[in-house]
Amino acid sequence: MTAQLALSQLLNGLQLGVLLFLLAAGLTLVFGIMSFVNLAHGSLYMLGAYFGAATFAKTDSFTLAILAATVGAGLVGLLLDRFALTKLYTRDHLDQVLATFGLILFFNELIRMIWGPGSIFMQVPDALSQTVDIFGFTYPSYRFAIIGAGLAVALGLYLLIQKTRVGMLIRAGATHPHMVASLGVNIKWLNTLVFALGAALAGLAGVMSGPIMSVQPGMGEPVLILTLVVIIIGGLGSIRGAFYAALIVGVVDTLGRAFMPTIMRGIFERNTADAAGPALASMLIYLFMALVLALKPQGLFPATAGATR
Amino acid sequence: MKHTLVAAAISLALAATASAQLKIGFVAELSGPQAPLGQDQYDALMLLIEQNGGKLGGVAVQVIKEDSQLKPDVANQVVDKLLEKDKVQIITGVTFSNIMMAVHKKITDKGVFLIGSNAGPSPIAGAQCSPYFFSTSWQNDMQAESVGKFASDKGYKNVIAMAPNYQAGKDFIAGFKRTFKGGSVIDEIYTPLNQQDFSAELAQVASKKPDALYVFYPGGLGVNFVKQFQQAGLNKSITVMSASTVDGTTLPALREAALGWMSGTFWGPDFPNEANQKFVAAFEKKYNRIPSQYAAQSYDAAQLLDSAIRKVSGKVDNKKAFHAALKAADFKSVRGNFKFNTNQFPVQDMFMFDVAKDAKGRVSLRTVAKPLVNHTDSYAAQCQMKAL
Repeated sequence: MTAQLALSQLLNGLQLGVLLFLLAAGLTLVFGIMSFVNLAHGSLYMLGAYFGAATFAKTDSFTLAILAATVGAGLVGLLLDRFALTKLYTRDHLDQVLATFGLILFFNELIRMIWGPGSIFMQVPDALSQTVDIFGFTYPSYRFAIIGAGLAVALGLYLLIQKTRVGMLIRAGATHPHMVASLGVNIKWLNTLVFALGAALAGLAGVMSGPIMSVQPGMGEPVLILTLVVIIIGGLGSIRGAFYAALIVGVVDTLGRAFMPTIMRGIFERNTADAAGPALASMLIYLFMALVLALKPQGLFPATAGATR
Repeated sequence: MKHTLVAAAISLALAATASAQLKIGFVAELSGPQAPLGQDQYDALMLLIEQNGGKLGGVAVQVIKEDSQLKPDVANQVVDKLLEKDKVQIITGVTFSNIMMAVHKKITDKGVFLIGSNAGPSPIAGAQCSPYFFSTSWQNDMQAESVGKFASDKGYKNVIAMAPNYQAGKDFIAGFKRTFKGGSVIDEIYTPLNQQDFSAELAQVASKKPDALYVFYPGGLGVNFVKQFQQAGLNKSITVMSASTVDGTTLPALREAALGWMSGTFWGPDFPNEANQKFVAAFEKKYNRIPSQYAAQSYDAAQLLDSAIRKVSGKVDNKKAFHAALKAADFKSVRGNFKFNTNQFPVQDMFMFDVAKDAKGRVSLRTVAKPLVNHTDSYAAQCQMKAL
């Protein structure tokens, strides 16, 4: 194991982390502010990838693809919030899980009807199709771009939440929704805004994964599971928590996959290690989640220390 | 007397309509991420039937299409329906090995002929072989063995093997190692079946600088893997040999990203034989895409049925005669050489292909070598075929 290899694995972890952050930010806000469990968040990610891939194929412009994915997914989020989900906000979590699981099936089938069951083509934009040489190893420039874009969005969200009036309302809504409402703020409007913002971020994550992952029906579910782990570790409703937890999960998962099989081979004989290594590596983040839940049940960075939900 | 005559007339009439239309069950994965495979199987089957004016072997056929959804329990239900309600005497298709294992015994025990046009798990090629089962594809290990032999022929010394961590992944690596001689597999990397991002593993592979990489990543996994491999700039530095990864169903989503990749299988769209040229041209004309190997396998299954039904003049309920007619494999396979081994899997040449642009500038598979001639699978010896 060389320093270069470790560094490149660290970058891989970082890249996975920022992608997870984009998804987790929306999910955790929606959960924190509206106390709403939205399993269909992964579908918005899928829609973003499809909108982006279709636009990219038509226009050959990656900028337009990103625009189409974020705006498109944001709009779908807005419509979902206004028409499909508004009745569910006051119901209990089990009903919400059931309804949004139904939405997953609906969106998967819808995509299959429009674009067919196979994966569709999306390439890396030409400007980013090269590799970059740093410290004697090469790294895909597209993945650098993902890291850059993810960190930029994180910074933007930080400024939005901490420095603007809307952000202040969102923060207040996360911890004291009734107080905010009684101060004359239209909490319904605030909810819709938060939901659409989360959907747009999921769409952005989708389009950015398009050139790396296969764009196909059902692509949102595996990533949704990781996202749920992230928001549990980070603390429900906390953007800051989602950011750190996403990076931790990204890095732990990547480093585990990279080095666990080798470490296991040092301990066990080859056959046992080959079986146990990957299995243990994929369990690592769940073990980490269990540890966090045992020690800090509210997550690493809960929205407020005294929040009960 | 009069009543008896009427009854006889009616039963004769019913028997006549029944034999006028032969029912054939078709089972495959037609929804979910793996649907393109099942769709190609179905389209190729229907292509031949359409070319023959709705007939196979001169008999009008009705194909009853069922989706097994890659779920063994669903597969069992649809097969029950085909056997009990539709009373089909022939079933074809079946995409995945786990589905094949779920329905193979049920169908063959009933004395219904099963013409598998994709999955070839080892048990049914070996100990659990049945006279009612024929395969027009391959036994699972054959493609991997083709790649292994090719790697030996090329004299590669250090090879890394990668596959998802499940039964087929292990089988494909075992098959490769069976025919790979003269070099060594310096590392075997198994990734969890649901893992979509391979950046960590690719960095490991790049740091070890192997002569070649052997991978098995079917379907959407393969799309992810190939794209990420290309983006990491590794297409230039590492030769990749694959099995069931770059094929007619994934190339439309990969295009230039897969250029230069090698793949081991039994058939390619560029085969010059006349039967294949006709098949490829007709398939492209009707469906506006290059047929995949899954289409080729299914087209051969349709041709096999066509030849055998003709031989018995549509009397498929004469099981002994129909079995002999199937076993004879008297048709022009799109792959060229074709005959059945004792376990009723094909004896066939295995090839290597690379991904290149075809005459029309489309990314497709191009034949580069024939590592194995008249290849048979390794399980036929374990098959004690019962006489019918």
